[in-house]
Amino acid sequence: MSAINERGYIHPDMLVSTEWVAEHLKDADIRIIESNEDPLLYPSGHIPGAVQVDWTTDLNDPLRRDYLHKDGFEKLMSRIGVTPETTVVFYGDKNNWWACYALWVFHLFGHTNARIVDGGRLKWEQEGREMTKQAPAYPPTQYQAKNRDDSQIRAFRDEVLKHVEAKLPLVDVRSPAEYRGELLHMPNYPNEGALRGGHIPGAKSIPWAQAANPENGTFKTADELRAIYEQGQGLKADDDIIAYCRIGERSSHTWFVLTYLLGYKNVRNYDGSWTEWGNLVNVPIER
Amino acid sequence: MADYPPKLAEVLEDFSFLTDRNERAEYLIEIADRFKEAKVTPDIATKPYEESHRVPACESEAFVWALDNADGTLTYRFDVLNPQGLSAMAISVILNDACSGTPLEQVATVATDIVFKIFGREVSMGKGQGLMGIVAMVQHEAQKRLANKN
Repeated sequence: MSAINERGYIHPDMLVSTEWVAEHLKDADIRIIESNEDPLLYPSGHIPGAVQVDWTTDLNDPLRRDYLHKDGFEKLMSRIGVTPETTVVFYGDKNNWWACYALWVFHLFGHTNARIVDGGRLKWEQEGREMTKQAPAYPPTQYQAKNRDDSQIRAFRDEVLKHVEAKLPLVDVRSPAEYRGELLHMPNYPNEGALRGGHIPGAKSIPWAQAANPENGTFKTADELRAIYEQGQGLKADDDIIAYCRIGERSSHTWFVLTYLLGYKNVRNYDGSWTEWGNLVNVPIER
Repeated sequence: MADYPPKLAEVLEDFSFLTDRNERAEYLIEIADRFKEAKVTPDIATKPYEESHRVPACESEAFVWALDNADGTLTYRFDVLNPQGLSAMAISVILNDACSGTPLEQVATVATDIVFKIFGREVSMGKGQGLMGIVAMVQHEAQKRLANKN
């Protein structure tokens, strides 16, 4: 795999390599954050000095379906010892999908001084780098957060409906079977959290993991990504795009790829995603 | 716990005492470390596995096999292709311990919500769906055998 700055990304500085992380483990201006789908991974061993941000318990409002608000974000930043000047560096399992989700939530609060570790936890492990079970403790910080701004990179259902009516591009990043509505109809299996299967009309099916190299979770080169999103599906850098999946985690990975690796300016993540759309009354669905 | 197979009831009782999230995680990691005991062996299946054994909606890419025993019970075997799928490995070990060699009637009624008794309510929706899918597949195999008997 070529070096990050040789892959043709528009914002290569949004990625750091595992080598770079290894060299900055004791850098006080940097906080390494692990964010996983599997809650057992961090306690089983993690990058020395890394803190855990758990999507379920740290980033979500405990009552309503929404993310935490300003005061919750301030408490989280204080707990993990982050100031507004700290560079936060995310990594995690499954091609960094939850890491990208956490980064996206941090962006909602304007903490854009954030990076993703190319290859994430998988590549770090493959390289035999140091892991520890010791959870670090950092002095609490005073963090003055901005109010959460949902207007730029987050889409809500009414906006999605207008997007559909205007025939603007949508990207469904779920598996092809989910896109076709098949997984909702298997007998004896828990359903996917939605009453109806299919996809939002007009959405293009571009499974999120196509953007990553399966052998080590690193991101594909800009040329390879353009082949998928542009030559393959006709998206353009100046398109107004909404991406979605089931709850917004996989589509935040695609949001990251389109926004930072390919430099698209208008990409939003619809985190309501299929668990909202597939339960809404009287919205259009395609199969 | 009377509705569960005895070994599963014991495990669920153990987890009911674990109120600390870190202790629960440590216990589950220990269980996942025993995954070799539940893992499918080459005499049963080799990769690429038949898709009929794949657990739907499981992002850890779990597979389940049910092998018939002479006494009419089943032995369950599993694989988890994602090496980082520790939770899927842990539930596989628990299901192997509790359901292999257990009367089909008991396995057929194991509810998928044991996932939340074992992993806690804070498990994410996607993760919960995948883990429940593994339980459902074990349960479904027992139900199929029972239906064939009747």
